[in-house]
Amino acid sequence: MSIFKFPESITSRPVYGTLEPRKGPAHLMIADAEGAEAILDLAKQDAELVANAHIIYIPKGTGETFVEKLQALKPRQLHVSPSYEASLQRLRKVLEDAHMGLQVYLTGTEGLMGQAQNEAMAAGIPHTSIQQEHRGSIARRMQCVHCKGITEDVMTDPFVCSHCGLNLFVRDHYSRRLAAFQGVCIDAEDPGNVPESVELYK
Amino acid sequence: MSAAPQKAKAGAEKIKVIVDAVVPLNDLVTRFEFKRRDGGAFPTFSGGAHTVVEMQDGDITRLNPYSLMSDPSDTSKYCISVRRDDEGRGGSLFMHRNVKVGDEMTLTYPVNLFSLDLRAKKHVFLAGGIGITPFKAMIAQLERLNGNWELHYACRSEALATYAADLTEHYPNNVHIYYDDQKQAIDLDGLLAGQPLGTHIYICGPAGMINWVHNTAEAAGWPSDNVHSEEFLAPQPGKPFQVRLCKSDKVIEVGEHESLLEAIERAGVEAPFLCRGGACGQCETDVVEFDGEFIHRDHWLEPEDHESGKKIMPCVSRFIGKSLVLDR
Repeated sequence: MSIFKFPESITSRPVYGTLEPRKGPAHLMIADAEGAEAILDLAKQDAELVANAHIIYIPKGTGETFVEKLQALKPRQLHVSPSYEASLQRLRKVLEDAHMGLQVYLTGTEGLMGQAQNEAMAAGIPHTSIQQEHRGSIARRMQCVHCKGITEDVMTDPFVCSHCGLNLFVRDHYSRRLAAFQGVCIDAEDPGNVPESVELYK
Repeated sequence: MSAAPQKAKAGAEKIKVIVDAVVPLNDLVTRFEFKRRDGGAFPTFSGGAHTVVEMQDGDITRLNPYSLMSDPSDTSKYCISVRRDDEGRGGSLFMHRNVKVGDEMTLTYPVNLFSLDLRAKKHVFLAGGIGITPFKAMIAQLERLNGNWELHYACRSEALATYAADLTEHYPNNVHIYYDDQKQAIDLDGLLAGQPLGTHIYICGPAGMINWVHNTAEAAGWPSDNVHSEEFLAPQPGKPFQVRLCKSDKVIEVGEHESLLEAIERAGVEAPFLCRGGACGQCETDVVEFDGEFIHRDHWLEPEDHESGKKIMPCVSRFIGKSLVLDR
């Protein structure tokens, strides 16, 4: 099952809903990995809407698992991309050409949704009208508050910053601008005294 | 820690002014220009702001909100344009009939409940009749910022098209005028369909026009955050009723032609307000007890608040029934 119920947290932490069909002249869907399942579920509610959509899909570790199923929805366009970064030029072009009324649906990991939301906001869509549904991995996109480097797909707490090597504590404090959670040095006062790393939400 | 709650005040700070010019624009609309009595500069404001004009009409003090329509960065004067409403409560008639150059009046500091969203990539203004006034100021502001805007302005006829000729002359490529008597109408579906992402739309006009645009935009998939509107409500007359103000320990009578807020003020009780038109939320008052029915007319409270019987906006709402006790 790709649905995870996040426990209650501080107000900074994003919360996600369930994708629902909305009225609009055009529909843009961006998903990674198990996010495909949310699009498949949406198609069960409104097949015509998904058939009219432009879908950008990044399979990540799921490989070919969902690609055929997405193709079977016969979306107006389905672009399968090796990574979010690789799809970014397409995403920006789509947003640049779009008109008011475009509906944006984001689903999959938090890092993907946060970054795509930023692009949509920069294009002029208020974040309050961008739909998001979390599916799949609970890995986080983290920013080291010390060196500002981003570490993608963090699964454990604490973890080692992939840029500066500090031991970072995973906080729920989130930045919409950076589309990342905050990682703070856990052993600043007593270097080397680092608690054992545990998997997030275990 | 959150900041200490600010005490709600009875209106914004006041500015003593003198009427510097009275310019009739057509059969219904007259522009009034004010200078400060102390000769100083007015505060700058932002497009869409209004001021509350205090009118001493015999024994009655009238407080009517009007959109400031002069250039927001021109600190030498404030201008409002007033449409005469022969069936109204008398504020606009007083302005048209009684106010002369040289009269001393009082305005409030500007308050903006209808500001531009400066994150917008494009601003589309929809004006109906006298609803043009806030857009005059917004356009002046945007022109200075090199903003991207267009205006769609519906008026009854060429003779009543306030500022239409002036706007068309200055901005021939941005301004589109529609005359009702020539059967011209805004093609709203077509207008909404072609707008680039990041467009914000602003409506000022009659209630029917505002609702029409909100509903059409929603059906076209527009985010509600991108659709802005302003409608000042004038208090409607109604049956007189009695109210007990428990904090001030007074029982007051609200007359047929005055609002609850006006009756509270007449009794010498200081009550907070800003817009006096059901929009700003400043005059929100707690209901302690009631036996009867509310006539809620504001745009501020949520439907649940209206049903709860616990809150009332005394600037535009009324009451029918046996007793009403307010926490004021």
